[in-house]
Amino acid sequence: MADDPMLPRVARVRRRRRDGPQVWTLETEPEGGSLAAFAAGQFNMLTAFGVGEVPISVSGDPAEPGRLLHTIRAVGPVSTALTRLEAGAALGIRGPFGAGWPMSEAAGRDVVIVAGGLGLAPLRPALYRLLAERPRYGRIVLLYGTRGPEEILFRREIESWRRRLDIDIEVTVDHATAAWHGHVGVVTTLLARAGFDPHQALALVCGPEIMMRFAAAALGEAGVADEAIWLAVERNMKCGIGHCGHCQLGPVLVCRDGPVFRYDRLRTLLPVKEM
Amino acid sequence: MEDLTQIILGHPFFAGLDPEYGRIVCGCARNVRFEAGDYLFRAHAPANELYLLRHGRVALEVTAPERGTLTFQTLGAGEIVGLSWLIPPYRFSYDARALELVRAIAMDAACLRAKCEADHDLGYEMMKRFTPVLLRRLQATRLQILDVYGPHG
Repeated sequence: MADDPMLPRVARVRRRRRDGPQVWTLETEPEGGSLAAFAAGQFNMLTAFGVGEVPISVSGDPAEPGRLLHTIRAVGPVSTALTRLEAGAALGIRGPFGAGWPMSEAAGRDVVIVAGGLGLAPLRPALYRLLAERPRYGRIVLLYGTRGPEEILFRREIESWRRRLDIDIEVTVDHATAAWHGHVGVVTTLLARAGFDPHQALALVCGPEIMMRFAAAALGEAGVADEAIWLAVERNMKCGIGHCGHCQLGPVLVCRDGPVFRYDRLRTLLPVKEM
Repeated sequence: MEDLTQIILGHPFFAGLDPEYGRIVCGCARNVRFEAGDYLFRAHAPANELYLLRHGRVALEVTAPERGTLTFQTLGAGEIVGLSWLIPPYRFSYDARALELVRAIAMDAACLRAKCEADHDLGYEMMKRFTPVLLRRLQATRLQILDVYGPHG
């Protein structure tokens, strides 16, 4: 990180890859050397010069800090501008910020990853680490739900993980044509079929907030304690360092205390619409 | 018959059911098998049976002009198919198609309704098992309608 965490570093796009409808992964290279090493689940503030700045989770492998990946969906003006950057184009980067996934707590336990839509991107660094140190963990289960078959993120990588045989992967979509032979239905329906020990499992959940609330409830019904469920919440993050207060959620600042939180800390906060 | 009762009592839908009730509902049950591509039932057909899935997956489908067949849910072993057996006018609203070899227990809907009507304790027991399934599917449907993975999810 630069000495001043509010000062973006200039980076260049090394490669740009389409990972779904309106979703692109940018591989960037900061000028003057790599940023500080990042932990799985941390995010950077990316600037599209002349347009604005947005928080984007790092989607690459923490063991390869020189290969800085961010997976972005073109939704608003800034994210759209970022996804349009071609190789060689400049952008600004500040970070990494926030608290990541509790990888050390996962050791020796079953790990259940529940991802929804683009929420697979912030979880991919955790998956890289889990698979790189596979013997340290019990069963690893990835349950992924998305809108339709054509919107499955990192499809080739999911297929290659499936071939490893030491990770259980189930993918479901909200709706499909008859050409799709996989599961159809919400991601929580996959939990009943997932073979893991709920009493010693650690669950990592990322996706739209509504999906995460239902996933956390379903994990609870399956016997996973609130203290063993972790969610990534990305709300209104602006400064990234807990100064501006835009991302305040009751007693926490999402950018500083999160974006990854233990569920028991957020359970009563997430449904409050006044926050 | 005893084996079928044990199979029914071993199905998650009937987990914990009083064995006496197991014997009663078993009188409405039979083993069935569907090959991949077979229909368990078609839309608008009378809901004459309820299926307890034991093996294989089933797609619930609707057909829309110019869009073809759309799958909105798949169900697998341990789940039930054919909730319309319970609610008048007892007609299915969609197609249920086997995606692979499916083994199931088919329960005669009229028989089951008659037994529930004759013994309200059994009926209440059945309602306590069906209502959570209905609620889960309603909540899932709401999430699908909300399109949470869309651009504004």
